[in-house]
Amino acid sequence: MTDALTRLKQHPAALWVGFALIAAALAMLPFIVGMQGQTWVRVVNNALLYVMLALGLNIVVGFAGLLDLGYIAFYAVGAYSYALLASPHFGLHLPFWIILPIGFLVACVFGVLLGAPVLKLRGDYLAIVTLGFGEIIRIFINNLNEPINITNGPQGITLIDPIRIGSLSFSGTNELAGLDFTSPVKYYYLLLALVLVIIFINVRLQDSRIGRAWEAIREDEIAAQAMGINLRNMKLLAFAMGASFGGVAGGMFSAIQGFISPESFGIFESIIVLSMVVLGGMGNIPGVILGAVLLSTFPEALRYMAPLQKATFGREIIDPEAARLLIFGLAMILIMLFRPAGLLPSEVRKRELATERAP
Amino acid sequence: MSALLQASDISKRFGGLEALAKVSFSIETGAIYGLIGPNGAGKTTLFNCLTGLYLPEEGEFHFAGKRLTGLKPNEVAERGIARTFQNIRLFANLSALENAMIGRHVRTSAGVVGAILRDARTRAEERAIEKRALELLDYVGIGAHANDLAKALSYGDQRRLEIARALATEPKLLALDEPAAGMNPVETRALRSLLDRICSDGVTLLLIEHDVKLVMGLCDRVLVLDYGRKIAEGPPAEVQRDPKVIEAYLGGPLVKETAA
Ligand SMILES: Nc1ncnc2c1ncn2[C@@H]1O[C@H](COP(=O)(O)OP(=O)(O)OP(=O)(O)O)[C@@H](O)[C@H]1O
Ligand SMILES: [Mg+2]
Repeated sequence: MTDALTRLKQHPAALWVGFALIAAALAMLPFIVGMQGQTWVRVVNNALLYVMLALGLNIVVGFAGLLDLGYIAFYAVGAYSYALLASPHFGLHLPFWIILPIGFLVACVFGVLLGAPVLKLRGDYLAIVTLGFGEIIRIFINNLNEPINITNGPQGITLIDPIRIGSLSFSGTNELAGLDFTSPVKYYYLLLALVLVIIFINVRLQDSRIGRAWEAIREDEIAAQAMGINLRNMKLLAFAMGASFGGVAGGMFSAIQGFISPESFGIFESIIVLSMVVLGGMGNIPGVILGAVLLSTFPEALRYMAPLQKATFGREIIDPEAARLLIFGLAMILIMLFRPAGLLPSEVRKRELATERAP
Repeated sequence: MSALLQASDISKRFGGLEALAKVSFSIETGAIYGLIGPNGAGKTTLFNCLTGLYLPEEGEFHFAGKRLTGLKPNEVAERGIARTFQNIRLFANLSALENAMIGRHVRTSAGVVGAILRDARTRAEERAIEKRALELLDYVGIGAHANDLAKALSYGDQRRLEIARALATEPKLLALDEPAAGMNPVETRALRSLLDRICSDGVTLLLIEHDVKLVMGLCDRVLVLDYGRKIAEGPPAEVQRDPKVIEAYLGGPLVKETAA
């Protein structure tokens, strides 16, 4: 893998051809999968949302080594920020380019607020407290419909505005050059652009003074501090950066769905996103992206079990919903057994596991 | 010459155990100051109090004329005190070079925006960080291992890497907790010339060491701790003859009798 990459780097032309091919594939993707129906474009969009989430969580867990089990709270904060500012609920309809930075900042602030009390905690304790925080945010949202109705409680918020940039609305279909740009296709391009920005930021951060400070904290907090690294600031920075990406993803989720309720932000979601990071390869950006894409599309593919069973046995033998979770769990166990550092492990994770085996 | 570090009446208790009892001393700029004592005497505890890991119940440190008490470890490092650890605390899964580069953190400034934009200033800083880190690895004699993982180095080299990483923070005072532990005689001799060199390059040294020969040969002054108390202080030749020191090291009244 890395060998292939270093060899590629010696041939810049090959590298550019590779880039061009990937870019072309990404540009055509919604039209290719769209031939099977718009549902599949939605599946791809969903995967992109998870890529954003997983990359955000990867900063906290993968780079800084802080196990956060309540990450989905920031997704919720971003989603509700958007929904409250662009829906009939408060009668506010702010434009996208104002809400996006607001969602980013609000999630960022929540990242710091939830990060501050857990600065002294590590490992299991940190995981348990962040898990609690995640649930607290969800329960808050669930109950903030009384005495003043802020979040509309369990009913959630409906009729959320689709994104509109200038005169271009992301709902409905536009025709351009003989191609149908449906709503999901338009969102695809916007999501792709955001994902690319987030990947860029992740890559740059990882290989920087800040990224090294996070690595140091992950390896040994006391030594990091003795080297002059400000633990508090660096941890809060990790929480804030991770949270803000989650917030942006949440805003996009709101706009795409047009409807959100507290149900979408349960603990299971936090665990799924963490699984994407761990399974893909904690700390390794391509690994995390792969994990997010696989785990978000795999359950969709399993939906085809029902028709498949009907075709082979004439009737449904296993309830597909139940089997989906079963197969999902089984796949995770197998990956962890055979690739404990993840599908595409980071160098550092590989090294860590290497010593844990050899005493 | 003025005192670089002044410790006055430092006390530290763990439950009922008095790990440090009113320990005072001062270190002159440019000196190599030894800190010795039997196991459990409180040497490492004194380091931890000095570098902000523990808060002493009593007493104060003054460094370069300013109070240190209450500062966090990273602030102490910023003031110019760097340390190594008795039970080596390197960033084990990172390369030697990365370890030394992390030491530059406190003397550099690139933030999130710089990291993302990677502007000319940030790139120049990154280059300077790497260059200085490589120089320091050469300086301590492990330049050839720059790309090896810290945990793959021999004990001796790990201790050298810890010194390089500490030097990367540009300390005025370098505190070394048993740097010769686990080294063979050849490595110890090399360490000794390294420490001499660091000192002549203008860094004051505070050295915990069990290797008496090393301490006596290297240090300008020595402080002896026993059960958290200062039992002797002075030039090594004097301290060596001090009956209290001999008793602490060899124990028992038998020594007292022979000494008397
Ligand atoms: N964090 C702690 N909690 C409780 N007791 C401690 C702690 N740290 C040190 N001690 C105790 O304080 C005393 C002094 O320990 P310290 O590590 O400072 O000794 P030392 O002089 O460095 O010994 P050595 O030569 O073995 O390294 C010991 O009795 C030790 O058990
Ligand atoms: Mg000790």
